[in-house]
Amino acid sequence: MRLRSLVLCVCLSVLPFAAFAQQPPSGDFVPVDETIPGEQIPALPLIATAYGFIWVALLGYVWTIGRRLQKVEAELADLESRGK
Amino acid sequence: MLALAAGMFALAPWMINAAPNEATMGLVYKIYFFHMPSAWMFMVAAITSGVASARFLFLKRPSADGWALAAGELAVLFGAFTLVTGPLWARKAWGVWWVWDARLTSSLMLFMIFVAYLLLRKYGGPGADKLGAGMALFGMANVPFIYVSVNYWRTFHPLTSVVPTLPVEMGIPLWYCVTAFTLLFIVLLRMRTRLEHQRARVEALYLLEDES
Amino acid sequence: MMRAFFRVAWIVVKKDLTVEVRSLEILSTTIFFAVTVVLMFSFGLVVDGRPLNDVAAAILWVAIAFSGTLALGRTFERERHNDTLRALLLAPADRPALYVGKLAGILLLLALVQVVLVPLVGLLFDAPIFEHGFHLLALLAGGTLGFTAVGTLFAAMLVRARSRDVLLPIMLYPMTVPVMIAGVRGTAALFQPTPNLEVTQFWIALLVFFDVVFVTLALWTFDPVMTD
Repeated sequence: MRLRSLVLCVCLSVLPFAAFAQQPPSGDFVPVDETIPGEQIPALPLIATAYGFIWVALLGYVWTIGRRLQKVEAELADLESRGK
Repeated sequence: MLALAAGMFALAPWMINAAPNEATMGLVYKIYFFHMPSAWMFMVAAITSGVASARFLFLKRPSADGWALAAGELAVLFGAFTLVTGPLWARKAWGVWWVWDARLTSSLMLFMIFVAYLLLRKYGGPGADKLGAGMALFGMANVPFIYVSVNYWRTFHPLTSVVPTLPVEMGIPLWYCVTAFTLLFIVLLRMRTRLEHQRARVEALYLLEDES
Repeated sequence: MMRAFFRVAWIVVKKDLTVEVRSLEILSTTIFFAVTVVLMFSFGLVVDGRPLNDVAAAILWVAIAFSGTLALGRTFERERHNDTLRALLLAPADRPALYVGKLAGILLLLALVQVVLVPLVGLLFDAPIFEHGFHLLALLAGGTLGFTAVGTLFAAMLVRARSRDVLLPIMLYPMTVPVMIAGVRGTAALFQPTPNLEVTQFWIALLVFFDVVFVTLALWTFDPVMTD
């Protein structure tokens, strides 16, 4: 099981390098750099919020599950030892 | 927990990956790399919850309820990701936070259904598991209707804003993200279901203790 | 076997009718509530003395949804109060038949409410309710059935739940969005200066589809969901 996870991680980590080698196709939309500067809305706060929100929410969720799982398993162990 | 490690590990290097690849496309389109997989996982979670609810109600498998609740929570989680990243991207791409087009509105409605599902399970008191299962099942059955009705709600009248076709060819980074999100979903689902099953066992043991 | 099914349903309807006819409490208060909803929304949506486009249709269906939710809640509250639902469930009757009986009763109630509501909306907004009367009737019947089919199941499910008052609308409104959309858009197409019958027929078809799917689903799930 451990070996499988390790192999999986290694394979997935190699992908970024493959991606580097690829040229992204020029799509059918205008890159933001070419629009009139006056029309632009600053993108950085939007992106930061988007990615930040997801990361924070994910980490928060995983953390709460982890905590509750610990608590429940402790309770379970306690109950089972009492039952015996 | 090793599954968790593998899942999270897959996410981190991909963040680095998504960054340099999009230099020519303009910064904000990178939101799409999170937005689309989130939307897919939202749908997958909703369907999982519906199917698990059906198994719980009709095949009377008690363990299916844990899966249903876990999937329902993940539906709300990934749905929230989709509905937050979407407008953030739209603000830049289309100039508005929200448009009442078919896809957005349908997603919002499905999201509302699952939020209601969670509220029901949390505040409905004893027996809410069966009620929730009924609701999740109805929610899943409703998806085609929601989509069709919202779609025709929009297209019988001229669209006030043009919804651009999303670029289909984003190559490797997108599929990498989809894979990462899928792994993440599976990991979270298993963790949350495990929590739910353990909780049910604790309750059962307490009940046993009370009775003896 | 089918006869027994409909006999049970009919008995449930008769029971509800008998109880309601004595006081007419739910009917009269629901009708008045629907009227107040129409007036409240009118204040927001009538600008400079003229209603905004398609507002009559929207107000009509919102009033149906709100008063329907209220009627559902109160009908089952009555059952809960007298613990009659448990008695019904314990009876050796086919459970889906109980569902059909409750559904029919509430449909009848809402039909009576709409007998008052539709002419009122027609009056206040100068809406042509008698032209293409059959189409309007089909929309109202299909939409009310869809809304009530889901609502009866949810309301019955919630009888023993906590926070049932607010949980019913929370669960019902998102789930019946297709019905609302179809009802409003279909009615709006009908009330236009030149009615668009094709559009109306499309929405009627959608409503029929929805009704078939969800009544069937409700019949299947009523028993497992109401079992302790």
